[in-house]
Amino acid sequence: MEVNQYLEMFIDESKEHLQACSEHLLELEKNPQDLAIVSEIFRSAHTLKGMSATMGFEDLADLTHKMENVLDAIRNEKISVTPEILDVVFESVDHLEEMVQDIASGGDGKRNVQATVEMLKRIESGEELTGTTAVPLAANEQAATSIVSAEWKLEYDDFEKTILHQSLEQGFNTYEISISLREDCLLKAARVFMVFEILEKNGDVIKSSPTVDKLEEEQFDSEFHVAFISKETADDLQKMLLKVSEVEKVEVLAIDPSVFREAKGEILPQEALPSEPETAEPVSEEKQAGGEPEKKPAANNAKSHAPAASKTIRVNIERLDVLMNLFEELVIDRGRLLSIAAEVNHGELSETVERMSRTMGDLQNIILTMRMVPVETVFNRFPKMVRQLSRDLNKKINLEIIGAETELDRTVIDEIGDPLVHLIRNSLDHGIESPEVRRQQGKPEEGTVQLRAYHSGNYVFIEIEDDGAGINRNKVLTKAIAKGIVSKEAASSLSNKQVNELIMAPGFSTADVISDISGRGVGLDVVKTTIESLGGNISIESTQDIGSTFSIQLPLTLSIISVMLVEIEKEIYAIPLSSIIETSIIRQSDILNAHNQKVIDFRGKVVPLIFLEEVFEVPRTKLDEDEFHSVVIVRKGDKMAGLVVDSFIGQQEIVLKSLGNYLTNIFAISGATILGNGKVALIVDCNALM
Amino acid sequence: MTNAVEQAYVKVIVFQLADKEYAIPVSYVRGIEKLMHITRVPKTPHYVKGVINLRGVVTPIIDLRARFGLPALENEETVRIIIIQLEDMEVGFIVDSANDVLDIESASIEQQPEVVGSSEEDFISGVAKLDKRLLILLHLDKVLNPLG
Repeated sequence: MEVNQYLEMFIDESKEHLQACSEHLLELEKNPQDLAIVSEIFRSAHTLKGMSATMGFEDLADLTHKMENVLDAIRNEKISVTPEILDVVFESVDHLEEMVQDIASGGDGKRNVQATVEMLKRIESGEELTGTTAVPLAANEQAATSIVSAEWKLEYDDFEKTILHQSLEQGFNTYEISISLREDCLLKAARVFMVFEILEKNGDVIKSSPTVDKLEEEQFDSEFHVAFISKETADDLQKMLLKVSEVEKVEVLAIDPSVFREAKGEILPQEALPSEPETAEPVSEEKQAGGEPEKKPAANNAKSHAPAASKTIRVNIERLDVLMNLFEELVIDRGRLLSIAAEVNHGELSETVERMSRTMGDLQNIILTMRMVPVETVFNRFPKMVRQLSRDLNKKINLEIIGAETELDRTVIDEIGDPLVHLIRNSLDHGIESPEVRRQQGKPEEGTVQLRAYHSGNYVFIEIEDDGAGINRNKVLTKAIAKGIVSKEAASSLSNKQVNELIMAPGFSTADVISDISGRGVGLDVVKTTIESLGGNISIESTQDIGSTFSIQLPLTLSIISVMLVEIEKEIYAIPLSSIIETSIIRQSDILNAHNQKVIDFRGKVVPLIFLEEVFEVPRTKLDEDEFHSVVIVRKGDKMAGLVVDSFIGQQEIVLKSLGNYLTNIFAISGATILGNGKVALIVDCNALM
Repeated sequence: MTNAVEQAYVKVIVFQLADKEYAIPVSYVRGIEKLMHITRVPKTPHYVKGVINLRGVVTPIIDLRARFGLPALENEETVRIIIIQLEDMEVGFIVDSANDVLDIESASIEQQPEVVGSSEEDFISGVAKLDKRLLILLHLDKVLNPLG
């Protein structure tokens, strides 16, 4: 199938557009009057509709179309924004996301959305769903017509007015240009093309009448109008345009957007329209519908809205992995070159190798940062989630996101989504109190949950802070004792921090009522385990009645980790530093026997010894009973163990690699790495040993 | 026409193992490497020699002699590792030597007669006669999957 090759792109772009829809919807909820936002949503929905129809996902296209109709009505001020309408639109976006998800996982994107479609239809026809349908607007349409001066040939919607206004503020001139071709002009489309070429070289066309499509198909008499922003003067523009042959007359009029601002909220007279009603849509959208690339509108927006977005390309993550592999090969060869250069003692060679090393250092940084993704990709689904949850819970909650641009390795990003969802749900459900309780306590009714991400050293911190109830020490302790997590005697001696950590113990759940949101039995212990398996850790700060902060520390990347290299006979193994407490040399006589298990007394604690040569069945050539043993003390949660090895080699940063698809589930081995000498070393999975 | 010709011949890599010659279609072969350092992986079947660093990719190595129950080779001078890709698995086979690349006629391949005996035969998918040589075609799936 030809379509297949576009499927991935389609899914990616659909997700982006849906994300844009959700974000803008949330914005719209805060500023229901801002019709520019509606236009943005409309634009995304419109593109999505076009794409899904092209790809043959009828249901997706259909629902988007219905949603678009509603948006269009809002945009044209036929209906006004109410929370009820937004709910339905949100619901539609949810459905659309599910559909895209289904398509991504190989389905056909079909889904029963009858109820939502009904609602959309009712909204569109202005039925009593909302109670506050803006009927009076229709009357306005007839009334206020006199403000607009007759010379304007074009009609602008709010979005276009905003662009014109902003362009003017940014020092651009705004014009309305009327161009008449000669009656006997033979190649009207060609002339139009030439005119547009000149215009686009000198500025941006905001809209045209008739639309660009119609112009290209020569569906106009001899005159057409464009709205145009440019730095050029009217005279220059006129001269340039008159250079196009067969152009008879060019009129360039400066637009004063204040005219439009006065007229804001009022619909311009229909009579001013020279042609079809489609002209109401901006040029850019016509282009999108025609399946053309999106470049033009993006450029327009960039100029008039925000600073230009940086240029990016999509690269398959596998390619980056290959690049990384090849680079590691280079690193190994560099090692060889360095030793050869040292051996032959050749000045120029050493110098060249030295310089190459530096370049490669830079290259390594670039390759590593290429694999980094902003946490935004995880965070951006939360605002909608919080909105929905706070409604379900009847709480008022404001989610603040800080540092969404913080970058993390792709491998980590893929894993932290679920733990974060869990923590946020937890804060919303157990943290933030109901509005009544908050009022009683003299807090603002609206609770705040702050999601923060920032870099510090080789780690990324993600914190979730709420200004809710905090952790109730007594409640937690009572529960923990009841569930047998701690004994009564031990409970009283626990520090606050230790009590806080109890809520992440397996089998703990404090919610009095098991709600749908959190407390389904899979508690915070799952979050803790997941985060620890990523090489990170989680801690809790909490003050009762003031709030709690969950702080997650994550390594920047999972593909490069710090390890301690150890040797057993001739074999080299890597032990992740994240599980190591310390290393120590012990005497044979320090080893004690307890229940057939060799143990040592390590700082007052009894620590079992694990002889790695036995676990890994290392072939011994000679048996030597050493007086001393090298021991690496590792931990998993509260448990500790001492791994006995022959010798320590040292600490090193290594690149984590999998053993491939043939060797899976090797006991106590979590992966492999390639050492500087080109040999493979295995990475010890300490968790499996304990 | 070209299709018919292509189908009539199979291009194979021929390698030596003890006194016999074996063949693997080149379509599965990713490369032939000289013997290099192999890192032993604990708790794996005896025929899994370990893993090598194949240009940055950690690749498991199977000793075909051990897999077929043959005694280990003394002289490692000519030993080669043939890198095979089967579906999503990339694996290296240790062989005594890599001898040849040949086109063999599909028609000349005979199905292996059902003989129950040494485990060696379990891995054979067919036999091709070529002049005076007898080439044994390996059944890669069976070589890679543990026998039930």
